Amino acid sequence: MNGPHDMGGMQCYGPVEPEADEPVFHGEWEKRALAITVAMGGTGMWNLDQSRFARESLPPVQYLSSSYYQIWLAGLESLMKARGMVTGSELDGGRLDIPPVETKRPAADRSVMKTILATGGPVSREASGEPAFKAGDAILTRNNHPAGHTRLPRYARGKPGVIAAIQGFHVFPDSNASGKGEDPHWLYSVAFKARDLFGSGSHEVLLDCWEPYLERAAG
Amino acid sequence: MSDHDSHEHHDHDHSHLDGMELKVRTLESLLVEKGYVDPGALDEIVETYETRVGPRNGAAVVAKAWNDPAYLDRLRENATAAIGELGFTGRQGEHMRIVENTPQIHNMVVCTLCSCYPWPVLGLPPVWYKSAPYRSRAVSEPEKVLSEFGVTLPEGKTIRVWDSTAEMRYLVIPERPAGTEGWHEEQLAELVTRDSMIGTGLALSPDETT
Repeated sequence: MNGPHDMGGMQCYGPVEPEADEPVFHGEWEKRALAITVAMGGTGMWNLDQSRFARESLPPVQYLSSSYYQIWLAGLESLMKARGMVTGSELDGGRLDIPPVETKRPAADRSVMKTILATGGPVSREASGEPAFKAGDAILTRNNHPAGHTRLPRYARGKPGVIAAIQGFHVFPDSNASGKGEDPHWLYSVAFKARDLFGSGSHEVLLDCWEPYLERAAG
Repeated sequence: MSDHDSHEHHDHDHSHLDGMELKVRTLESLLVEKGYVDPGALDEIVETYETRVGPRNGAAVVAKAWNDPAYLDRLRENATAAIGELGFTGRQGEHMRIVENTPQIHNMVVCTLCSCYPWPVLGLPPVWYKSAPYRSRAVSEPEKVLSEFGVTLPEGKTIRVWDSTAEMRYLVIPERPAGTEGWHEEQLAELVTRDSMIGTGLALSPDETT
């Protein structure tokens, strides 16, 4: 979806303002917002790509005027509401209206959570078939504008690049976010010249691109 | 939770923060009551990222890479496994790659689409990393962004910007500062700042530390 999250190349946001001696959290609520978001992900009621898409799908004005933890919370609320896990009035008032739904995985306790954090959730899958491209191949990114979740930013669509490396065989977000399964594909590191992407600049930009984002360059 | 200063200040920021404190407290008790989350697990998550996982982990990786060529080879071959040797594993670090700065190349990492960041080695991302100015401009005008961090690169150095569009997570290995020959890993790690591992800074020189 061409949404407000897809920020690469925009020029309207002013300078970067690093904060000296920035604390890990700004206020107690950020700690709990992080923890609740991570813990709720552990219930298995949605996957990583669905949680990203929920954040991207927030109203643009809300997305742009929220801090990142506020975006996370709003995305979480929308995921829970869509699955009948909570109601809007419960979120407003804190009082139970409806019974809990059964989650795919039970709530992790402290020791299970410790293990989950230390192991994570790899998205590499056993490869099937050979990669279509090899390092050094010239490619063109597809100029697709899907209405759903995708991880090929607008600034890199329809652009020439070169395969820098094969990264592995990974879950495909475009499919996984839509609930159509993991549909894993070969993932490549692809190098682009800044002037091909933005019209000027002497730097290079490298993106990780799944095979369906790419086609072989003509000639 | 502390709310000791909420009655002393009534500026906009504080009333906004108080609103968020209340909102999140309400949310937490609702989800606990429904049995969706366990408060002990929430404490574990906060303590992990507040006290145990942060940029000192990444600094240990970089210092070892500088001092131990065999370790650097293992990082190049399989960074996830080599970083795991030091005990740094898990969420948002399942697929690690190192990118090495050289006299010719300066690497810089961004996530233009969200906030992807290598948690096991750097902890949680700073606010600027997740902000619109960095996410929008790191890919299109990295020299200018670097100048906002006070970094000017020598003429002729090529910048490579890595946009974390998949689950690959990048750790920049900054150039080893001159004048550190024979230093131990613990001393070297003191020179490795968080920003130097994102690529928005350089490692400190020996006279920049106390």
